[in-house]
Amino acid sequence: MLAVRQLSKSFPGPDGARVPVVSVAEFDLAAGEQLALRGESGSGKTTFLHLIAGILAADAGEVRIDGVGMTALGEPARDRLRAEKLGYIFQTFNLLQGFTVLENVLLGMSFGPRGADRAHARAVLERVGLGHRLGHFPRQLSTGQQQRVAVARALANRPRLVLADEPTGNLDTRHAGEALALIREVCREQGAALLLVSHDEGVLGQFALRRDFAELNQAAGEVRR
Amino acid sequence: MTLPLIVYRSLRQHALSTLITAGGIALAAGLLMTVWRVKVESQAAFTQTSAGFDAVLGARGAKLQLVLNAIFHLEASPGNVAAADAEAIRRHPMVKTAIPIAVGDNLRGFRLVGTVPDLFTGVEYAPGRKYAIEAGGRLFAADQREAVAGSFAAQRLGLRVGSVFRPFHGLNFDPKAEHAEEFTVTGILAPTNTPADRVIWLPLRGIQTMAGHDPKAATDVSAVLLQLRTPTAGFMLDMLYNKQGNRLTFAFPVGAIIAELFGKISWFDRVLELVAYLVALVAAGSVLASIYNSMSARQRDLAILRALGARRRTVFGAVLAEATVIGAVGALAGLAAHFALYAGVAGLIRAQTGVVLTPWAFHAVLVLCPLAMTALCALGGIVPAVKAYRTPVAETIAPVS
Repeated sequence: MLAVRQLSKSFPGPDGARVPVVSVAEFDLAAGEQLALRGESGSGKTTFLHLIAGILAADAGEVRIDGVGMTALGEPARDRLRAEKLGYIFQTFNLLQGFTVLENVLLGMSFGPRGADRAHARAVLERVGLGHRLGHFPRQLSTGQQQRVAVARALANRPRLVLADEPTGNLDTRHAGEALALIREVCREQGAALLLVSHDEGVLGQFALRRDFAELNQAAGEVRR
Repeated sequence: MTLPLIVYRSLRQHALSTLITAGGIALAAGLLMTVWRVKVESQAAFTQTSAGFDAVLGARGAKLQLVLNAIFHLEASPGNVAAADAEAIRRHPMVKTAIPIAVGDNLRGFRLVGTVPDLFTGVEYAPGRKYAIEAGGRLFAADQREAVAGSFAAQRLGLRVGSVFRPFHGLNFDPKAEHAEEFTVTGILAPTNTPADRVIWLPLRGIQTMAGHDPKAATDVSAVLLQLRTPTAGFMLDMLYNKQGNRLTFAFPVGAIIAELFGKISWFDRVLELVAYLVALVAAGSVLASIYNSMSARQRDLAILRALGARRRTVFGAVLAEATVIGAVGALAGLAAHFALYAGVAGLIRAQTGVVLTPWAFHAVLVLCPLAMTALCALGGIVPAVKAYRTPVAETIAPVS
């Protein structure tokens, strides 16, 4: 499903020299698999997810999603692939504040291959327990409800891979547990692979498959310096 | 659905700045269209207004003053034409019709013009159109103190058949200059949409013999309105009166003389046009500034859209479409502003000159100006659209962990 090979990314430092942030020799995730990456703040794990999602262009290496080489593609093709194959759940949810709950999900779908399917968007929102909040704006929802909108938006396009970046970081313990269970359950239902990054041991402990990002990322030492 | 939804929501999110910007564009477009139409259509209306006459014979002076006085009932008369001269031109073989007029009095600011009944019975003021008296009225008798009121003057002064009034001396209203004679309104002219609507018509003798007027000039007229038998007659009479003679002025052709007036004030048109163009540019600039200033607030939304799979060209198109929609809404509102402005200006021109401009008539500028304003606003949207295009997704959407 996901194959990462010799992936590296660096950014210019204050003195102009390139600072390596991500350097991953090999990383794989099978279809439908759910894996948690443990990583401290500033360890480069968000950059790693951005590289997988094609939001950032890698300096070198390869990311293959469902057999398609993401890193070899031009930006428009990467955008298309992201819309077709990936769902992304952000720590800060990144909901569009001027759009209703239903519109947030529809917009997420509209860039994908199936387009904005209103009935499906409603069904997904029903599934995450927000069928009665379709016309609400994000600011009118609780934090937990906003997270559920983000989950619905990420999964509405029936992605093959869901990337979740500290998805429970803004929630209290009870809501975090509920949100995590929901994400895993819906991914399982749709057969989507899940790659979640977190520093929360409570979250990481729920996953049978766990890896330490510091061990995976050969540039981790560089980042900390 | 995506692009319209993004544009609609963005406009709603920034409703106040959208309304203010669209309002500015509406005023600019309205002003531009009004200036253009008033210029073009008033020039056409004035140059086509001849009251059915080819030429005017008057005292020695400027042709323009003579035409403005005799046809448009504006300006002062350049002087008098002796009865013998009026009679001579009437009998001239090249003249088909000669209608003498006498001016010099008013009724509360509206001009009294003395003339002969032939003006109303024998002259077409426009092709196929003759003067008509509204039902219940009749034409004045040439030897009575009677009057026929133009429709606009009657409406403004509240005159109706049977109304009695006393004229005031001079062309400008002075309450102390009231004449002793009383005139009775015998009819109201049906609207002609010409300067005749602003006039109260009296028998020629009524003006000539009014107490206080110079008895030596009791048979003089202010001008003679002429219909010629052939166009070449105009050139021959021009030679006779203007080049060989030195007592009278022969103004021919009427339309060309008025066109000269517009030629003289064309610099003013250009200034107005320039102002209107600058206002349009400022309006387009305001679209640019309004959207550009809101870009920092909306960059996060654009980055989220990009992270969801929107392409750069989609967010570029969304911002450009937003600018275009603001321009189009403003331009459409500008049409409404234009019609309101134009109706006001047309009313003013009609009140001052009797020349009628029709606000609802179609003019190409009513299509071209809104299109041009919309295009200009779209152009103004390019700069913020480029900024949207360049939005760095990763840095904008999430803190790096």
